[in-house]
Amino acid sequence: MKTRYGMWLTGLASAVLLVACGERPPVDTVQVGYRGTGMEQVYNPRLLQEVAARNQAPEVVLPMADPEGPLAKDIYQNVQVLTDLSIGEFTRVMTAMTQWVAPADQQCLYCHVENNLADDSKYQYKVARRMLVMTRDINTEWQSHVKETGVTCHTCHRGNAVPANVWYMDPGPRKERGSIGTNAGQNTPVTGLGMTTIAHSSLPFDPYTPYLLDAQNIRVETTTALPGDNRASIKQAEWTYGLMTHMSNALGVNCTYCHNTRAWGDWTDGNSRPQRVVAWHGIQMARSLNNNYLVPLTDVFPAVGSDGQARLGPMGDVGKVNCQTCHQGVYKPYFGAPAAKDYPELRKKPAPVATESDGESAGEGDSAGSAMAESVTAQRSAPLPNAVTPVVNAALVARR
Amino acid sequence: MAMLSFERKYRVRGGTLVGGDLFDFWVGPFYVGFFGVTTAFFALLGTALLVYGAALGDHTTGLQTWNLWQINVAPPDLSYGLGLAPLAEGGIWQIVTICAIGAFVSWALREVEICRKLGMGYHVPIAFASAILAYVTLQVIRPVLLGAWGHAFPYGIYSHLDWVSNVAYQYLHFHYNPAHMVAVTFFFTTTLALALHGALVLSAINPKKGEVVKTAEHENSFFRDNIGYSIGTLGIHRFGLLLAINAGVWSAICIVVSGPFWTRSWPDWWAWWLNLPMWN
Repeated sequence: MKTRYGMWLTGLASAVLLVACGERPPVDTVQVGYRGTGMEQVYNPRLLQEVAARNQAPEVVLPMADPEGPLAKDIYQNVQVLTDLSIGEFTRVMTAMTQWVAPADQQCLYCHVENNLADDSKYQYKVARRMLVMTRDINTEWQSHVKETGVTCHTCHRGNAVPANVWYMDPGPRKERGSIGTNAGQNTPVTGLGMTTIAHSSLPFDPYTPYLLDAQNIRVETTTALPGDNRASIKQAEWTYGLMTHMSNALGVNCTYCHNTRAWGDWTDGNSRPQRVVAWHGIQMARSLNNNYLVPLTDVFPAVGSDGQARLGPMGDVGKVNCQTCHQGVYKPYFGAPAAKDYPELRKKPAPVATESDGESAGEGDSAGSAMAESVTAQRSAPLPNAVTPVVNAALVARR
Repeated sequence: MAMLSFERKYRVRGGTLVGGDLFDFWVGPFYVGFFGVTTAFFALLGTALLVYGAALGDHTTGLQTWNLWQINVAPPDLSYGLGLAPLAEGGIWQIVTICAIGAFVSWALREVEICRKLGMGYHVPIAFASAILAYVTLQVIRPVLLGAWGHAFPYGIYSHLDWVSNVAYQYLHFHYNPAHMVAVTFFFTTTLALALHGALVLSAINPKKGEVVKTAEHENSFFRDNIGYSIGTLGIHRFGLLLAINAGVWSAICIVVSGPFWTRSWPDWWAWWLNLPMWN
């Protein structure tokens, strides 16, 4: 009986499939929409345990410092950024940074020159100075995204001198392929330059350059019943899909965390969750940080750092942030533990700074939620430093 | 309804699974049987409950509509787990689901009784059972494995499509679900095979006026000439049944693995391919 062979074959194939999946019930689910809409987060608690173990906020071991007392800038020389901190607060931040960022065998001397802590000739010192401004900028000007939770150095660094999740441009997949032309890096699974789209390789390979560095329009879906004058192409939609896939991976959530997929273009209640607004500010924030803090540091970094590891990518660009840099697979970094609560030193507004690599902080995080839909369609284009512009242009040409 | 002269020969007593002679009768052309009664009971009750649910609307939002496209009778919130929910908060959906399964299974068993009366194989009820399997997998097996009735789809034309869309996006890109790939392939192959088979039969036994009806050997010869092989008159129906049942069965598999046996994105499932030692 041929049909019986077919039945056995079906049974065998489905058994193989189940084994290949390697997961099993029970799983955890979270309802995030009206009942029956299928808006749910699905988690395997066994896998979640591993994620949780990786995402614990560091213990606060340093006692709170007295904000009263002489200012550090009056005691130490060459204090340019933390000018509003008392000597106690200043020391507390420096000590915390040795735990959060500096390699354990170097401590203070990772950034500072021995015997002269005021000497800022090391590139690490210059970078750290800008990163402190950035951290304060995030905590004070980008509360539209980080709320009162805030960030510290550890949110990204997690004990590493260079955060594990930063991205560099990769010229490889953008190469022309004879008469086929450029394929936007599609079907290029692995590069190891922070391009985390491994298994989503059918999508354009680098969604960060157009959206998190340049300010290309992310919206492709029309807001009317008929397409009207929406000229967005399938390729553009795939590019957007690439960014959304990145956000999903970075936050450990699926599409329904923000969207009711029946109407992507609709920001109103029922078709979008409030999280989508927070995420929108997150995109603006990542773009602002890349353009205002990281790209301007391109000339500060050496191609190879003091640890022998590369600091610049193959295109000579600096490591840049995306959602994964802070979130690291979790919907809120450290599952929402208020990382910056115990560091009031990092939650003060950045003081005016006079350094050679001065860049005005962004501070554009206050867009009113009501104007959201309009501002999405007309995302501002941040001016790009000359060093990056040609590369960005190449990426944009590839999109057409 | 008039009965054709030869029909009476086939209307024989017996073959029932339940009820003995009690329901062993026909109403017009329809055999009733115990399961005919239960089919009618469940179908009528379920439909009436859907109308009731539509009349209630959604009490949390106050929305009520008789727009056929937008009527929605949704399952309970996940917080009810596998328990019972109040009627207006998913309880209607729960009873409708019981009615639907009752009606579908009754219909299949009524087919079994007819098969027994006629001394035939059970191929038709088995084929229908694959569709029931897909439905029960969606509405019972998978929700039980996930731990809440709220994982099932709602009853409504638009609302169930919205559910399909969102469940697909729970796994980022459902087309990468390997079982979904197989199921879709079986669905398309089924329609292709049916179109080819229907065309072949019509071309042979529905000739132009004045021409003679051709035989099965003409049909076989056509495909031997065309592709070098003909599966034959019996084989084509086995093949068709195999294709169609597999479409239903793989549909059930592709949804039951999504969640209970795979919680991540379906594109990520294919990492095993990218990680093969041959090129990794």
